[in-house]
Amino acid sequence: MNKILEPFKRISWKYLINYIAVAVVGLLFTVLTFSSGLPQSTLFLLEKITMNIILVVSLSLVVGFLGELSLGHAGFMCVGAYIGGKVACILSESIDGDGIVSFLIALLVGAAVAGAFGFIIGLPALRLKGDYLAIVTLAFGEIVKTVFANSSEDTFGGSMGLRTPRFDKQYLFIIGFVLVLITLAVIQNLIRSKHGRAITAIRDNEIAARATGINVTKYKLIAFVISAIFAGVAGVFYSFANSTVKASVFDYNYSIDILIMVVIGGMGNISGAIISATAITYINTELQTLLTGGAAVYKDIIYALILIVIIIYNNASALKSFRERFNLKALLKKTKLFNKTRQGYADDEGKWDRVPTKIDMDELLSVDVNVVESIKNPDKEEM
Amino acid sequence: MDFIITLVNGLSMGGTYAMIALGYTMVYGIAKMLNFAHGDIIMIGGYAILVGLSVNPLLAVLFSMLFCMLLGVLIERVAYRPLRGSSPLAVLITAIGVSYLLQSIILAIPQFGADTHYVVIIKDLGSLQIGEVLIGYDTIITLAITIVVMVSLTLFIKFTKTGRAMIAVSEDRDAARLMGINVNFIITLTFAIGSVLAAVAGFCSLLDTPWLEPYYGSLPGIKAFAAAVIGGIGSIPGAMLGGILLGIVECLCNSVQEIAPYTIAIEFIILILILLVKPTGILGKKRREKV
Repeated sequence: MNKILEPFKRISWKYLINYIAVAVVGLLFTVLTFSSGLPQSTLFLLEKITMNIILVVSLSLVVGFLGELSLGHAGFMCVGAYIGGKVACILSESIDGDGIVSFLIALLVGAAVAGAFGFIIGLPALRLKGDYLAIVTLAFGEIVKTVFANSSEDTFGGSMGLRTPRFDKQYLFIIGFVLVLITLAVIQNLIRSKHGRAITAIRDNEIAARATGINVTKYKLIAFVISAIFAGVAGVFYSFANSTVKASVFDYNYSIDILIMVVIGGMGNISGAIISATAITYINTELQTLLTGGAAVYKDIIYALILIVIIIYNNASALKSFRERFNLKALLKKTKLFNKTRQGYADDEGKWDRVPTKIDMDELLSVDVNVVESIKNPDKEEM
Repeated sequence: MDFIITLVNGLSMGGTYAMIALGYTMVYGIAKMLNFAHGDIIMIGGYAILVGLSVNPLLAVLFSMLFCMLLGVLIERVAYRPLRGSSPLAVLITAIGVSYLLQSIILAIPQFGADTHYVVIIKDLGSLQIGEVLIGYDTIITLAITIVVMVSLTLFIKFTKTGRAMIAVSEDRDAARLMGINVNFIITLTFAIGSVLAAVAGFCSLLDTPWLEPYYGSLPGIKAFAAAVIGGIGSIPGAMLGGILLGIVECLCNSVQEIAPYTIAIEFIILILILLVKPTGILGKKRREKV
């Protein structure tokens, strides 16, 4: 019996569960839409949720695993949306195909261009770090927005927005689920690979990572470009889900919204990112239809407060002992139900309290050397 | 003649940016963090003026300065102080959270909401004529305030004991503590000064663009941060230089019809280029990273 179960034990359920959950939910809704049909609002919600999951998971790679802040995620999405939409426009005129082929071509082109922008902006920006990188990515987002908003009518639609040939609404969300699966496959496998470990090493201590021979710039660039590519994918998906692409949608606040989803889901936690993206998108959309204005504005205050409280709770040095005593893992261990420690790997999840900004010299110097008794007094044994 | 008017307008706008940039640069230099909420303090200051205007314009401005100072100190105390010494990313995200919080609080107050308010602090300012050049009094007031603020701030930092303590904290926090400087007090004071500067900048910018809305401060805030970076972050003369440069560039770009819509893009491209060529800015000092 144990022998049969042996290969399953080696599977990392932490990652596999994400594929299973997304695939099951996707299949469920696919069956529903083909058997009884789904209302327009549900389809719209599903499209939005899948798009946001792609955005959040890809931003999570930069913020959660690389440990750098990018405030231009909506900018990369904007590039993807405009380029993908334009390609789709051209294709629908020339080969009058509105099917899957034009979508795929638009997707590839949009993602590639967004990735190229990620490379162009990442190459200089990644020499900088922290606050500077945040501000450069923010500046990039604003530049992209301005350029597209002021383009001429016949290139990118100008201030009226780019009109895109809309995809058949009935099954667009299925493509969304497939795209989420692809995103998960690429990003989760990246994180689990050698490269992913290098990326998390950079987050934990950049100087130490460099000292061990990790090419910091290269890995930062890899994470940054992949994140930009998937932001572009989400952008192309957006342009297919909406009949017009307007630059004003992709503003700074959209980037902040995605960041809030990443932080609330737990930085460096893909499952959390998926759950928070789904929940927050659902709440936002439902609240907007349920309560117009009025009470809906309080949700922003609540999000902001949750964001601040989570960060302070997870990082404040004054709360360290409290955190160690009352975290979920310690409580689960006490119940003895989950009292198995996996051997082999250490946990990948970001432990932010352990990230030292400087190497603590005291800690380095005061290594306890346990001198074995026999070495200390070798002649004792003989006696 | 048009060119001179544009230049004077640029100087005045640059003065406003310089005052915001001073707040950024002081907080960055001393607390080593990017205070994303700084731009929103300008916006809150604007609303404080709006509230106070029903009584008296002068009192409104004073009330706004006091309110912003208290708000800045409160934010530092509640949100930033617990995170001192933890990873820069955590502090940065908290600052963004505070900025988001301030915006959504204004949005949630029914009297303000998302509407645009037209704020007239001083009615019918008129303008001064020098030869053929016509300069508005609002421009002159802004320039005068900027000069007074900059001179007094420089004197304060150079010649008072507290000011020198600020320099000490910005250079080496631990050594400053060993010298008997109350580091927490100095940081709180920096936030207080920065927030008062933000309120003054809010007043100046309301003279120029009197349309107040919840996102009033976010773009000027980001631009002023760009100005602080261009001048060299952490350096007070750098913030002034960067702010005035940015103001002049903005007014020059706005005066040419073809490139006016791209003004923001041009400003940010300048920022990126400066960071590429000289990441420490024009007047910034290079700091080595120590392990």
